[in-house]
Amino acid sequence: MTNIPMPDEATMARLHDRLVADADHDGLLDLAYRTVDSPIGSLLLVATPAGLVRVAFDREGHDVVLARLADDISPRVLRAPARLDAAAAQLEEYFAGRRRGFDVPIDFRLAHGFRRTVLDHLREIAYGSTASYAAVAAAAGSPNAVRAVGTACARNPLPVVVPCHRVVRSDGSVGQYLGGTEAKEVLLALEAA
Amino acid sequence: MVQPFEQVVEEHGPTVLRVCRALLGPVDAEDAWAETFLAALRAFPRLEPGSNVRGWLVTIAHRKAIDVLREAARTVPTAEVPESAHLDLVGDDELWGAVAALPFKQRAAVVYHHVAGLPYVEVGALLDSSEAAARRSASDGIAALRRREEAR
Repeated sequence: MTNIPMPDEATMARLHDRLVADADHDGLLDLAYRTVDSPIGSLLLVATPAGLVRVAFDREGHDVVLARLADDISPRVLRAPARLDAAAAQLEEYFAGRRRGFDVPIDFRLAHGFRRTVLDHLREIAYGSTASYAAVAAAAGSPNAVRAVGTACARNPLPVVVPCHRVVRSDGSVGQYLGGTEAKEVLLALEAA
Repeated sequence: MVQPFEQVVEEHGPTVLRVCRALLGPVDAEDAWAETFLAALRAFPRLEPGSNVRGWLVTIAHRKAIDVLREAARTVPTAEVPESAHLDLVGDDELWGAVAALPFKQRAAVVYHHVAGLPYVEVGALLDSSEAAARRSASDGIAALRRREEAR
């Protein structure tokens, strides 16, 4: 009886697509995700109906990130690339050196208070330039909060798209990065080219 | 920590489709699968942590299958699931034919225990019968499938 055959992958893929379409239609697709390949490794992109909510590096563990989002936002999580087509295309252009800024709806719900304020100021640092943690703290209206700026950058839910990689140490060294120092150097070199 | 629903689809999707196919035949199975997973996605945030997810999905699939079978048998006004409901079958595949020929309770008991891996106490709960009756339905079903196999 257990010899009723396991469905093939094409059938399951078709049913998955149908589920995603039905879920989206019924307003049940709380979190859609996909991955994109990049020079700094595979990036996980996650969006709510409001916009891009999370970008995660490979080294964070995509499964770990999704499980945490299921806890923090909603467990209605499906691999649904279509919602992220625009973000994926723009990232591809960015890594090819053909794009300097991102123009996709963003959902900032994972950053609150001062961290959110810092993210807003990060978006003002132009492509190809850098700012020190102290300068961002001053711009955010709290010149003494240099350490808090560091924390806000380290916990940026939307790296690359919100350019925390453009914040460097006052002595000129690149400083820490959630995606690894090497990834930060790659991004700064890409933008300097 | 809550499991993302995508993992639920990956882990249990193929088994639930097998269950739907065995209950309804290959044509109606995909509709039942799609309705089952959409209903599950809707209710997922309210599922108690630590629940048996596969048993929960099979319960939903069972209700969807009964809806389909009742719809198919609507010419006879009855609350009971028809014992030998008509199945849409593709081609003359021997296995589908054999499974489809079983009365609904036997078919469901065989599938829920042997394909979905539910214990007989849960199979009984789904079929409104005791654990012992569910066990008996499944073994009657398996015996009928064997007889058919040998007769070939």
